[in-house]
Amino acid sequence: MDLTRRRLLVLLPAAAVAWKYVLAGTPEASPNYKLSEHWWSMLIDIPKCIGCGSCVRACAQENEVPEGYFRTWIERYHVADWKIERPEVESPDGGKEGFPPNETSTGKNFFVPKLCNHCADSPCTQVCPVGATFVTPDGVVLVDKNYCLGCRYCVQACPYGCRFINPKTKTAEKCTLCYHRITKGLTTACCEVCPTGARQLADLKNPKDPIHEFLRTHTVQVLKPHMATGAKVFYNGMDGSVR
Amino acid sequence: MAHKKTNVFKDIEHLIRLAVVIVIAVVAFVVLRTAVIPRSFGQYGHYRGAAIAEATAHPVAFAGHDVCEACHSDVADQKKLGKHVVVACEACHGALARHADDPASVIPAKLDTTIVCARCHEANSAKPKGFRQVVAADHSGGIACDTCHLPHKPKIEVAKTEAGGKK
Repeated sequence: MDLTRRRLLVLLPAAAVAWKYVLAGTPEASPNYKLSEHWWSMLIDIPKCIGCGSCVRACAQENEVPEGYFRTWIERYHVADWKIERPEVESPDGGKEGFPPNETSTGKNFFVPKLCNHCADSPCTQVCPVGATFVTPDGVVLVDKNYCLGCRYCVQACPYGCRFINPKTKTAEKCTLCYHRITKGLTTACCEVCPTGARQLADLKNPKDPIHEFLRTHTVQVLKPHMATGAKVFYNGMDGSVR
Repeated sequence: MAHKKTNVFKDIEHLIRLAVVIVIAVVAFVVLRTAVIPRSFGQYGHYRGAAIAEATAHPVAFAGHDVCEACHSDVADQKKLGKHVVVACEACHGALARHADDPASVIPAKLDTTIVCARCHEANSAKPKGFRQVVAADHSGGIACDTCHLPHKPKIEVAKTEAGGKK
């Protein structure tokens, strides 16, 4: 068959359409993983956090987070005596390399690790104009980077400041709760490396998960409960000064 | 009346033309829409269902301590004797899934204990009071921690006889 100009012009669009369907083919999902059987969350035990920055480093490495941006970070709070409404909060380089010694050891000092709260009624997914961010059936808030326009609505909508625009891809990025790991039966990178067990992945749909007993027997809070986001990152022993 | 009726149908050609244009526009819209919207859109909700599977495709960097302990069971046994039993291997040694995949050619780097130990154990008033903390400069004066302590079983008694350290 001669490839005349006419034939080429007919073939090219046909090939383009065919290639689009090839690319759209779904990659193989993890076997034996059922979306409907999980509802992921995380437990953060503040009295156990030593601010070592292992979670921040591990997250950056596992997820190739660009330098200067954070999917998880650690804040150090300093509350002077009664000034609960005016805590001094710092997070040098996200706490990636730990924290310098405090100038003052008076008052109350503690660390608060932060990450996406994987809200059940998340404000960020509601504002997306194109359906590029969503809550998966197993309760993880993800960004479809192939569909995101980079309009930044979600970055503004997140009350916890957990989103940023990746400077390379120019699309929204955030904690995926290591979705590629938890669907394979692993824990998240941050929970894996946390040396004191201050962070623990939890599956609220698994009746055998120790999270249920923990939530029942401890004083647990979520961040900004008044915003009714359905946050699923639970903080144990959290001081009232934490924003 | 009859005269009027023929008048009405006389101009029906215009309506047919308009209808044809509308039908073409609707068909074109539907065809374009199905071509442009990804096939998996709406599978689970107002998003591309295939994006979930794409998120699972990301490679793993941290193998997980179960994988480490499959080969290094001796280290795991040693850790069980000390407080570092709760610390996962890759918390100190770094992401080593590549080493687990190919142990022969990917060799983990030796750790500098003056840096690695200090990340957790350097004193800081924000750290929980029960957590072991030292001011490294006063405690060891810059000597590597593993001169005296065995990192996998840090309590000093055994290390004293094996490494001859003090303190």
